Amino acid sequence: MSNDSARKEAAAAYWKENVRLLLTLLVIWFIVPYIFGILLAPLLNNILIGGYPLGFWIAQQGSIYLFLILIFTYVVKMNALDRKYDVHEE
Amino acid sequence: MDLTTLTYIVVGFTFALYIGIAIWARAGSTSEYYTAGRGVNPVANGMATAADWMSAASFISMAGLIAFMGYDASVYLLGWTGGYVLLAMLLAPYLRKFGKFTVPEFIGDRFYSKTARIIAVVCLIVASLTYVIGQMKGIGVAFSRFLETDYATGLLIGMAIVFFYAVIGGMKGITYTQIAQYVVLIFAYTVPAVFISLQLTGNPLPQLGLGGSLEVGGAQGQHLLSTLDQILVDLGFDRYTAMQEGNTFNMMMLAMSLMIGTAGLPHVIVRFFTVPRVRDARKSAGWALVFIAILYTTAPAVGAMSYYNLINTVKDGTPTQVDASLPYEQRPQWFKNWEQTGLLSWDDKNGDGRIQYYNADNPAFSSEAQQLGWEGNELTVDRDIMVMANPEIAKLPNWVIALVVAGGLAAALSTAAGLLMAISSAVSHDLIKGVFNPKISEKGELLSARLSMAGAVLVAGYLGLNPPGFAAQVVALAFGLAASSLFPVLMLGIFNKRMNSAGAMTGMIVGLTTTLVYIFTYKGWFFVPGTNMLPNTAEYWFLGIQPESFGALGALLNVVAAALVSRVTAPPPEHIQQLVEDVRVPRGAGEATGH
Repeated sequence: MSNDSARKEAAAAYWKENVRLLLTLLVIWFIVPYIFGILLAPLLNNILIGGYPLGFWIAQQGSIYLFLILIFTYVVKMNALDRKYDVHEE
Repeated sequence: MDLTTLTYIVVGFTFALYIGIAIWARAGSTSEYYTAGRGVNPVANGMATAADWMSAASFISMAGLIAFMGYDASVYLLGWTGGYVLLAMLLAPYLRKFGKFTVPEFIGDRFYSKTARIIAVVCLIVASLTYVIGQMKGIGVAFSRFLETDYATGLLIGMAIVFFYAVIGGMKGITYTQIAQYVVLIFAYTVPAVFISLQLTGNPLPQLGLGGSLEVGGAQGQHLLSTLDQILVDLGFDRYTAMQEGNTFNMMMLAMSLMIGTAGLPHVIVRFFTVPRVRDARKSAGWALVFIAILYTTAPAVGAMSYYNLINTVKDGTPTQVDASLPYEQRPQWFKNWEQTGLLSWDDKNGDGRIQYYNADNPAFSSEAQQLGWEGNELTVDRDIMVMANPEIAKLPNWVIALVVAGGLAAALSTAAGLLMAISSAVSHDLIKGVFNPKISEKGELLSARLSMAGAVLVAGYLGLNPPGFAAQVVALAFGLAASSLFPVLMLGIFNKRMNSAGAMTGMIVGLTTTLVYIFTYKGWFFVPGTNMLPNTAEYWFLGIQPESFGALGALLNVVAAALVSRVTAPPPEHIQQLVEDVRVPRGAGEATGH
């Protein structure tokens, strides 16, 4: 019985850490394209990276690279989290 | 060898490849038919997902869209990639753990309701069928333009190919052909892009070339983008890199609707049912976006560079000098080729024999145009030729052009097959087995799955031959439905244990009806012209939101309605809460295989 409730607690803690991780990543997922890529793009376009105006680069290139980084960060962190709570697959 | 023969050889070779794969990858069980036996490597599945996702529109039309919209087209680039983050974190791993065959099946089980399952099937079929019409048209057009067949013949050949590998191989056959199709389409997209980038900027990577400096022409040594900005301003257009659309809120809503819609489209979600483990589903979403990003980060370069090339062809030196406009008689060969297709046309409005291209709709520019003796823009360009004419403009050999045709066909075929798979499994697994005949045998279900697929191919072919007048409008509908009905309930089903049947159904219906009513208000009831209640222009839109952007708001209304109703009704039964807890934990996914 105590074993069962310990497992329940572990599952709840695992889920809480998962949700915290994905919320953090989703905040970045929102801020970069929507705030920097759209809302502030006219302002950021005054800065040049090579021939790219910064706002334009974030909207047409940078955000896509960021999405990749976010997903693979999630993959790596979740694999570690699965092991930490011993819920990983064989 | 002439181009048509060469195109026949290249396209014929790719088609033989798809058929060969189909014969090798026959499906012997329902698990193989619906989910490729859950044995697909996550990287391979990423590739198949990329081909599944990138349609004829991504391959043929997107670069042209970017070329003529400039910065404003960013919402499409963002919207059609950002959804994969949602998919990887909020849906794919948990639905894979659930371990069943279809998206409506999860909704039906999680909300212990056949009605919920049927609502989901309806949303799925409407969203997928509207989408498939565009692919069928793409196949017909590619054939008729390059293989000199008529539209119907081309479409029938394409249908026959899909019919063959989808009916025999189901998801298994589709998966492996999609991998081959991805290789064909990405090669066809990037080869001309690399050469154009090299010619214009000396940089072989289009992603860097777009931010590089010009190596040719009068503006040598100057940045490509700033040069393009300047040319466009000189011709009365807005700057390429600047925001033209005044409504930032609408842009954000559009990007959000496309992201949520992407994550909610069933034909994409089911691809993640084919990998062996939960962690493979997460990883596979990442790989899918890698393969998509190769095309999506190249497209902005193709758009800007081919637009620059096009303007440079018709304008030499200072664009507003009279003698800078190209005399029609001196137009290059590719210009003549595309004139024959009607996608590029010239109308000598002022009778001076030169090609004038400028923004005739800009009142601030009209006096200048008048001074120059220009009486209107004379060049009409269909945006699709930005990709299709690219190899010719860059003077690449004929085999590259043939490859681009094969690539466009691969993009259309792979997406069509994925959509037809989602439709036919909803019919055979959710309706026939789930509702009408639950006792059907494994063999009987496999047969009904194949018959449903055959039926879906025929319906799609019929709609491709007789496209309803609203075909062009319905993409908004597909994304709107996926965003406002499917995505929110799937997410709530996983992340809100307390969410019950009444809440989910209310949510789906609220999301669905508000989105439909909003779209129909501006576009006409069921897209019948003249039945719209308000003109489809910005001053009539609610908070300035265009109909295509409403999905995100529909999703929000769905979540709010679901939360309110579930709070005042009974919580879901114990075994459902257990199911949710089980879905949240990766271990144990291997054992679950259908039912």
